[in-house]
Amino acid sequence: MITRRTRHSMLAVGIALATAGTLAACSSGAGSGSSTAGGSAATGKDPSSFTVLTANENPTLAKELDALAANQCKAENKALPLSHQTTAQADVVQKVTLLASQGSLPAHFIAGTAMVRPDGDLGKGKLVLDYKKALTDLGAWDDVLPAASSTVQSVYGQMVSLPYQYNVEGIWYNKEIFSKLGLTPPQTFDDLLADAKKVKDAGYTPFAIDGKDAWPITRLIGMYIFRNVGPDAMKDIQSGKAKLTDAAYVKAATQVQQMAKDGYFGEGFISKDAATANNDFLTGKAAMKYDGSWLLANINDKTQNKIGADSIGLMPFPAVSGGKGSIDQWAANAGAAMAMSTKSYGPKVSAWLKCITQNYGSQALQDAGVISGFKVNKAVTDIPAPTKMVQEKVAGIKQTVLWFEALMDAKSTALAQSNVSLLTTGQMSPQDYMSQLQSSVDANKQ
Amino acid sequence: MKRVFGDRKTILILLAPTLVIYVLLKLVPVAWSLGLSFFEGNTLRGFEFVGFSNFTKFFTDPAAIQSLWVSIIFAVLATVGQVVLGYLLALLYVFVLRNGSAFVRTAVFFPMVLPTVAVALLFRNLVSVGSNQGPINAIINFFGGQSVEFLASTIGTMVVALVMTYWSSMGFYAVLLYTGLLDIPDEIIESARLDGASGVRLVRHIVIPLSMPILISSIIFSFNSTLKVFDSLLALNNGGPGTSTSPLTLYMYRTAFQYAEYGYGSTIALMLTLLCLVFTLAVFRSSTRKVDA
Repeated sequence: MITRRTRHSMLAVGIALATAGTLAACSSGAGSGSSTAGGSAATGKDPSSFTVLTANENPTLAKELDALAANQCKAENKALPLSHQTTAQADVVQKVTLLASQGSLPAHFIAGTAMVRPDGDLGKGKLVLDYKKALTDLGAWDDVLPAASSTVQSVYGQMVSLPYQYNVEGIWYNKEIFSKLGLTPPQTFDDLLADAKKVKDAGYTPFAIDGKDAWPITRLIGMYIFRNVGPDAMKDIQSGKAKLTDAAYVKAATQVQQMAKDGYFGEGFISKDAATANNDFLTGKAAMKYDGSWLLANINDKTQNKIGADSIGLMPFPAVSGGKGSIDQWAANAGAAMAMSTKSYGPKVSAWLKCITQNYGSQALQDAGVISGFKVNKAVTDIPAPTKMVQEKVAGIKQTVLWFEALMDAKSTALAQSNVSLLTTGQMSPQDYMSQLQSSVDANKQ
Repeated sequence: MKRVFGDRKTILILLAPTLVIYVLLKLVPVAWSLGLSFFEGNTLRGFEFVGFSNFTKFFTDPAAIQSLWVSIIFAVLATVGQVVLGYLLALLYVFVLRNGSAFVRTAVFFPMVLPTVAVALLFRNLVSVGSNQGPINAIINFFGGQSVEFLASTIGTMVVALVMTYWSSMGFYAVLLYTGLLDIPDEIIESARLDGASGVRLVRHIVIPLSMPILISSIIFSFNSTLKVFDSLLALNNGGPGTSTSPLTLYMYRTAFQYAEYGYGSTIALMLTLLCLVFTLAVFRSSTRKVDA
């Protein structure tokens, strides 16, 4: 009996230990990252190819870089051939951490937001290139739009990302539904709620929301806060000047919870994914959708857009009566961080950098209708009407705000997004939502 | 032949390559992981020795404690359901369907071969609400009820996850237990029947005690695999709503790989290992007592 027991115990212990083993296998390979001197002049050593690591979720970037390699950057590509690596967005931090610790970062790579900040793992080790200095040296700094560089610098604390996208966020609306119900784009939040009620009573879903991704809901909380407290609302949280548990901040969570309770997000929004929410809006089932200008890719796609390009308008998140923010302050971002390794920043890589900066703007706009943060140096023809509309709006923007979690650490961002389903289904109070988030922000302050 | 295998040196030479590979691939990483529990940091930042602070952190971390409970509750409910349903099916195969059980056995076993993530997505669609109304809510609506958003509540998500687990794995436990039941000699069953035992009494006093060893193995097997549940809860509702159905494995994954806290991640893995060990030993102790008696 004892023998059998021991044998079985050992088997069970073996099975159990396998869990720990798996983790260890993945996490072994210690050693601190090599830290080469920062700076931007081509002081690094050129690698054997211009390897670019991008996210699987963003195939446009790789495609447009290939187009540049075949045309405008032919010479650069001949000197240092372009090659691609891709990774899932969710694995970026893990992959880049591992590559950096082995000293094998690709020349140009996607990185996690927190990693490239001055106090982040890559920023602290001076492993990422300062584009402002590098591009000034190359005489191409003027090819980066000031609005885009200011957005990059406010998110990452330094110019360490190329603005391959320049997205503004706002409320996309169905002009036909609006005119049918006699509505005009609301100027205040109260008007927005009143309009949402009319839309709902008319049998449409007021807002198409993909709750599965959570961020479209936290964006609403963030925008209400920016309008109510002012454009520096989230910076104040970061600096400790204000707390998320302050009444003005909690009110945002209360308002969004109420919107969900009133049925303005439609049935089953919690488990709705992005494709379904887009479909709800682009087939005329929903009247509005809070989203970024990346939605243009779907709007310009005739197979997806059944309501017609002319029926879609974009308005900013409305003002909050008595609030310190303004309706003119659009939310903006410049896509995921695309950094360059200082170690492999040699003369050939710097030639690539210059060529991309000078040509990407017109290439991406012409080919994919993508609005980037680069200057459009070549006349672009046949721009679809919705893209043109967004371009015009972007041109008129004077001040931008970030998004709710932009300055938060990875853990607090995850908490803000995972708890929002509890908030909107009434399983968590607005006070608890904000106080849990504040505790997390405090706990993760270095 | 006997002489060759009687030689210790030969045994050593034949076993050594396998042992070396096993030690390198299994034991070294386990030891490494154990060591990491006393450090904090990641491969880029470097590691710093922090003593037992990861362990103190674990017991004072509300998210870790919550995940621990999710793992335990899920494992207990899933194990009970899997083994009970599997056992009932096995009894059905042996005593009711007898030789004609092959088709039913195959049909019930079939979901076991499907990837867990695909099963989770299937169940996600079954219970979905709104523009992509799933069949479950369509049935509820047909009988005049209001749609239920299962995945918006903790209990709803847990129920869907458990039903999904039962559906996909009861066939496996049924086959496992079926082989155990086949081992019971027919004569014993016959003589019990002649003595007047039938139905529930036969199962309670003859079949269960005689199939106890395989039953215990099934419980241990089931508990150890459900305690490490990961992909199904991740694919079903991402451990949500909130983090209310996020098991310890998911918390470990997020800590180590999303937040790059390898030390604390290793600590969580170690706690999970200890939990599996403690439970396995507990089941063994109680079972050996029973079997011996």
